[in-house]
Amino acid sequence: MAGPANSDQPLLKTPLHAEHVALGARMVPFAGYDMPVQYPTGIMTEHNWTREHAGLFDVSHMGQAFLVAEDKNHETAAKAFEALIPADVLNLKPNQQRYSQLLDENGGILDDLMVTRVGAPGHEGWLYLVVNASMKEQDYAHIQARLPKGVTLNRKDGLALMALQGPSAEGVLAKLAPETATLPFMMSADVQIDGMWCHVSRSGYTGEDGYEISCKAEDAAKLWNKLLENPEVKAIGLGARDSLRLEAGLCLYGHDIDTTTSPIEAGLIWSIQKRRREEGGFPGAARVQREIKEGAARVRVGIQPEGRAPAREGTVITMPDGREVGIVTSGGFGPTVNAPVAMGYVSKDASAIGTDLHLIVRGKPLPAKVAAMPFAPHRYKR
Amino acid sequence: MTTRYTKDHEYIRVEGDAGIVGISDYAQGQLGDVVFVELPSVGKNLSKGDEAAVVESVKAASEVYAPVSGEVVEVNSDLEAAPGTVNEDPAGRGWFLKLRLTNPSELDGLMTEEQYQTFVKSIS
Repeated sequence: MAGPANSDQPLLKTPLHAEHVALGARMVPFAGYDMPVQYPTGIMTEHNWTREHAGLFDVSHMGQAFLVAEDKNHETAAKAFEALIPADVLNLKPNQQRYSQLLDENGGILDDLMVTRVGAPGHEGWLYLVVNASMKEQDYAHIQARLPKGVTLNRKDGLALMALQGPSAEGVLAKLAPETATLPFMMSADVQIDGMWCHVSRSGYTGEDGYEISCKAEDAAKLWNKLLENPEVKAIGLGARDSLRLEAGLCLYGHDIDTTTSPIEAGLIWSIQKRRREEGGFPGAARVQREIKEGAARVRVGIQPEGRAPAREGTVITMPDGREVGIVTSGGFGPTVNAPVAMGYVSKDASAIGTDLHLIVRGKPLPAKVAAMPFAPHRYKR
Repeated sequence: MTTRYTKDHEYIRVEGDAGIVGISDYAQGQLGDVVFVELPSVGKNLSKGDEAAVVESVKAASEVYAPVSGEVVEVNSDLEAAPGTVNEDPAGRGWFLKLRLTNPSELDGLMTEEQYQTFVKSIS
């Protein structure tokens, strides 16, 4: 059997590293961090536990930062950031969060991110950003270089981030912070848990209801263990995080989206609000607007293999007659659907749901169909 | 009956001129939940080190190599419907394939049970 390659690079540790080790996690290098890929029960059990109860994920490796307008005016910060992303930031309500992408001049995706209009008193003109771990240095440099005078980017490496996901998440968190139970999807609140400051948003990366919770690094272990005290909560590693997000049809940066893909090709038009579609004014707007009007030449689709063999990233997609039409960008086994699932890009003419495809796995064509995403239904509390 | 191991964590349990090939308990633990196994066709001739099978966990696909040279005389088709057997009973019901050995002297280059357990301790 071929094992994973070892890396000699010194790895960073999140504030929860010792907790993972104590839980018996298998640690692997990920985006420069030593991260838990799974705990002793394994990916399948962790995946199913999250769908049925509540999973707790350490995502402290992700980049958290504030974009701050010195004039304390939301419009100043919003306009500065709208010059870099296609989402409507201006019309965010206080504490409202949106998913968006940093775009390059060609409309390629430099990274995807979450942006929140900070609602805490005294923080007018602040935006809270969460970016991918692997891209954060590049993102910060990119953003910093493009901010107008009077707007600054403050990275907050002293913050931890964890996600509590699954149908039991609401009840578990409500015991510690009752006001989080009524928080709608993609809204956030600042709460106190046992005297610890926490910024809680109702969002996640599993397709389940749940929360992402930011806290001070020095409080992270206490909060983590407090959540894990609840029998409904188990620690979940990166392995199940990936299978959960794949079943939910959510993109993984560097795999399903990158600088070669536009948000329209990636099926992310829902993240570009009407005003921005019409007005443009973001990098690559010409391409994005053209693709909205004419359709993209290739699009991201869900793919359901008909057999039991998973089709991994890089698998070539053909029509049954052998004509190559695309490539798989994420693929594996979906424990909830109990079958292999995949997503990838195919040419427009091969993208209709139900289209018969072949996946070339180890040289053999395996039948598959274009499938609707998500593979497992989203269960957000709107 | 003797069992020999490779550094890639395959085992071969030899009975007469044939050997049952599978992956070690350590290997199944490292892989995690097995969701798919691709087996060779019966009659296929494998040289030592050839790709004999593929085992897929939730996360990744891994190759299983022929520990020694031989002809595939039987495969464990039960794994198609129940790939998790590899996790539950790797040395027993979770076997992959049976080889008729064409060069039994190749077994001398493999590790004994004791040597393999020492090897596993050294890498874990």
